[in-house]
Amino acid sequence: MLSLRGVDKVFASGAQALGGLDLDVREGEFLSLLGPSGCGKSTALRMIAGLSQPTRGAIEWRAGQPEIGFVFQDAVLMPWASVFDNVWLPLRLTGASRAQSSAKIEAALELVGLQGFAKAYPRELSGGMKMRVSIARALVLRPALLLMDEPFAALDEITRLKLNNDLLRLKQELGATVIFVTHSVFESVYLSSRVAVFSARPGRVAAEIEVAAPLPRDDEFRLSRLYAQACKQASDALHAAMGEA
Amino acid sequence: MRRSDLADYALPLAVFLAMLGLWEALVRINDIPPYVLPAPSLIGATLVKDWDTLSGSLLVTLRITFEALIAATIGGVALAILFARSRWIERSFFPFAVVLQVTPIVAIAPLLLVYLDANTAVLVCAFLVAFFPILSNMALGLASADHNLIDLFELYKASRWKQLILLRLPAALPYFLGGLRIAGGLALIGAIVAEIAAGSAGQGAGLAFRIVEAGFRLNIPRMFAALALISASGILIYLIFTLLSFLLLSRWHDSARERGL
Repeated sequence: MLSLRGVDKVFASGAQALGGLDLDVREGEFLSLLGPSGCGKSTALRMIAGLSQPTRGAIEWRAGQPEIGFVFQDAVLMPWASVFDNVWLPLRLTGASRAQSSAKIEAALELVGLQGFAKAYPRELSGGMKMRVSIARALVLRPALLLMDEPFAALDEITRLKLNNDLLRLKQELGATVIFVTHSVFESVYLSSRVAVFSARPGRVAAEIEVAAPLPRDDEFRLSRLYAQACKQASDALHAAMGEA
Repeated sequence: MRRSDLADYALPLAVFLAMLGLWEALVRINDIPPYVLPAPSLIGATLVKDWDTLSGSLLVTLRITFEALIAATIGGVALAILFARSRWIERSFFPFAVVLQVTPIVAIAPLLLVYLDANTAVLVCAFLVAFFPILSNMALGLASADHNLIDLFELYKASRWKQLILLRLPAALPYFLGGLRIAGGLALIGAIVAEIAAGSAGQGAGLAFRIVEAGFRLNIPRMFAALALISASGILIYLIFTLLSFLLLSRWHDSARERGL
């Protein structure tokens, strides 16, 4: 779907976030970017979204840039707007009226299990529900590429596991390509078809690990041999990458 | 809920009435003449007796206050939006706003009276003091929109206009309302100060002029009556904007949270 070729990113402060990053993203895969804090994985994600430009190198799109959905680490909702209006935002910015958007918004809320909450305000929701709204907002335009920047890092373990399962179900239903930034080995292996392990200073891909298990995955998968092996592999790669740095 | 209501409203009211009672008692017991310190009952009576004169002046002062406030709101918000669009404009013009703010209005008023007729000068003075809190709060509010949300708008290629309407203005609303509450009080002060400056030049018909005039005639009860009206106006303005904040923010902003849910 896209390739990052020799991408460097140097911030105005002089800090180098990425150095010689090469990464291919395949159509339809679930790719995790795994790495320690400050290794530039979020920077890479922002670049793919077009929110940041590479200092050197290029991002090449196979068939032009598709519709992109972005989910941040926090839910990043507009506190003054209802759940409905928050999910409406991407449609609204394309010029779609409230009435035209209504069916799509309801559908997106149903995807994340929030039917009946359209009129609620963000502050009336729990952290997990806010994140669901955020995901519904990212999905409402049915993006071909979904970018997620540590979306569940601030949530409690139980909510996180639940949302992991829901995300896999969504991925299967919608068939979008997903790039998922995380610093959790277990989360990356559970969710992904491929894990790219980043090393820090400057950030680049140190190792790639394929996770062959097909969807749907469930809690059974967490107990499987394949899962344990992949976690070990990813964990070793991560330690090696951090040792290098 | 009932008990806290009682504590919230009944208690301050009781204390206020007790203070008035004490004042009344002190004046009566010590036989203080009204031209030194009038009793609250006499001030009340003067308020009723002189209502025709005082109410006219009250309207003049209130009209100037609100006209100045409306002008300051329009000017402050517009300039803040302009500042948010361009750093260069902000760099160039913000110092002027600061200079106008830090120069005491009492010092500017006589100069304005030279150039403008009395009513306009009073209006301009009230405008000048009300303008800055709205400008600075609004500028702060516009700049404090969530950066991730700004990124999101950029991702969806929103125009700057849509970003302003859908993101920056709503994000600035709590700051703006805070500024408005300060500006409301300041506009009244600005109007009063300018009226005193203008009144001493023998013109004007606002409440401040009534105070000066009553002072010349040693009509102390009327001075107090006019003062009471000014205080009441200030309190009323504050309450109006507090209520406005509550109505606009109670569903989503933390500042109105306690009372909202």
